[in-house]
Amino acid sequence: MISNVKKRLLKEKIAKVAMQLSGITITGSLFFIIGTILYKGLPYLSWEMISQAPKGGFYIGKEGGILNAILGSLYLATSSTLLATLIGIPISIFLNVYVKSGSFLERSCKLLFDVLFGIPSIVYGAIAFSIMVWVGIRASLLGGIITITLLTIPIVVRTIDELLRTIPIDLKHVTLSLGTTRWETAKICLKYIKPGIFTAILLAFGRAIGDVAGVLLTTGFSDNLPKYVDEPAATLPLAIFFQLSSPIPEVQGRAYASALVLTFIILIIVICTHLLASKQQKHKT
Amino acid sequence: MHTSSRIQAAETQDLGNISIPHIQIKDLNVAIEGKRILKDINLSIPNNSVTSIIGPSGCGKTTLLKTLNRLVDDTKGVEITGSVLVNGEDLYAKDAEVTHIRKKMGLLSQRPFPLPMSIFDNVAYGPRIHGEKNKQVLTQIVETQLRNVGLWDEVKDRLDASATRLSIGQQQRLCLARGLAVKPEIILGDESTSALDPVSTQTIENLLIELKQDYTIVLVTHILRQARRVSDYIIFVYNGEIIEFGKTDDVLLNPKHEITQQYVKGFIS
Repeated sequence: MISNVKKRLLKEKIAKVAMQLSGITITGSLFFIIGTILYKGLPYLSWEMISQAPKGGFYIGKEGGILNAILGSLYLATSSTLLATLIGIPISIFLNVYVKSGSFLERSCKLLFDVLFGIPSIVYGAIAFSIMVWVGIRASLLGGIITITLLTIPIVVRTIDELLRTIPIDLKHVTLSLGTTRWETAKICLKYIKPGIFTAILLAFGRAIGDVAGVLLTTGFSDNLPKYVDEPAATLPLAIFFQLSSPIPEVQGRAYASALVLTFIILIIVICTHLLASKQQKHKT
Repeated sequence: MHTSSRIQAAETQDLGNISIPHIQIKDLNVAIEGKRILKDINLSIPNNSVTSIIGPSGCGKTTLLKTLNRLVDDTKGVEITGSVLVNGEDLYAKDAEVTHIRKKMGLLSQRPFPLPMSIFDNVAYGPRIHGEKNKQVLTQIVETQLRNVGLWDEVKDRLDASATRLSIGQQQRLCLARGLAVKPEIILGDESTSALDPVSTQTIENLLIELKQDYTIVLVTHILRQARRVSDYIIFVYNGEIIEFGKTDDVLLNPKHEITQQYVKGFIS
């Protein structure tokens, strides 16, 4: 019979192996993805590709680039992340600082945001599209920005909400006992969670720049560089999708090069966020 | 009602010279999610002295303290009846302005919570939100308050450093200075030394004894020796009721009630 200690040590070993396996699987798939896009995309990546809009015949392997999609995605993701942050932070603050903890309003709002968080982006896209048709707006950058903003607000709200919940109640109490208003207390709370806010923004940006379904119906696609918000605009994920659907190997290769550009943009954003967050860390406990 | 009459007696016999007490509690009842936490509290807290609230864990002493600055409002499912008068003004009146009330009461929490900013800004924070913009005046306030808590010499060369870099003991003194900077009339301490080492504890205790000349101080403590060292008056709370209230030596050395005796001797905790 195995003794109790041996049993516990065996469980410990099994748990450790399971964790290591998960770690290896995830890291392995990540390297596999990056490796694939590097292997397949790097030969097709050129200065021309990232500095020019598509010219006639680009999708059958002729000249041009994906600058239209790079700019379109950057405009779309930056604007919607900015809007989602501006709308999302006040919502989280209201739910955590103003509304009484455990109240019906608080619980129902949080449940609602959980549900919104889980709704697939195609549903957001479809609803936004039907509203746009009803109001009489055509697919445009603005339509995309609004849709993606709605899609990312729940991400911002839930992430900031989790952060605000980590604030010790005593910090709120000592601040209130200095005679602050709720708003002044909220500002202190925001200062306390500042490094984490960048993570929320990063998550929202990642979702915004990578979304296909939400922009498919609402933003449309255009070979021109995006100039006006009321005109259709190209986005990187859609550009990848269209190029990948082509039977021409040259165009398929460019799809991987586009994916490489998208990954690189996200990498830069991640690095910037971490730098900003660690800079903000200095006054936190 | 038996309790109230006992307290009335304590007031007239032992606390004869209370003129107009800062804090008077009348028929205060607090229930949280239907459970009665404080029952028929009637109390006058003596001015310019240290009053300690003692009692076993979960007896309602922290709740009692938090009714004094209405932080108890934040608790889920709380119901409060009765009144708390501070300088004759009822904190629980319908038109009571909570922000203004809280400013009068400095709170020293269990663990120090410096605000996420520099040492200087921590002390200047209160005066700033209450409208003081003059840099010279703020510098003066910061210096005075840091001197008051004996922290000035330790931090005067690094006022711009983050407050979180201070030791726990220094942080607690900084929090006291921050509270004093908004010119409160009353200082509330919620087991304020429980996270501190013995030396820092002694520093804080000595500070409180000094500060009672200018402030009315109410402390919650679970350390009887501390209550004996610092307080002039003791409130013994058991099961949400005030069992005994009187001068420190009277309550700790000659408790009138049997439960108090048992608590003081360490039979219940």
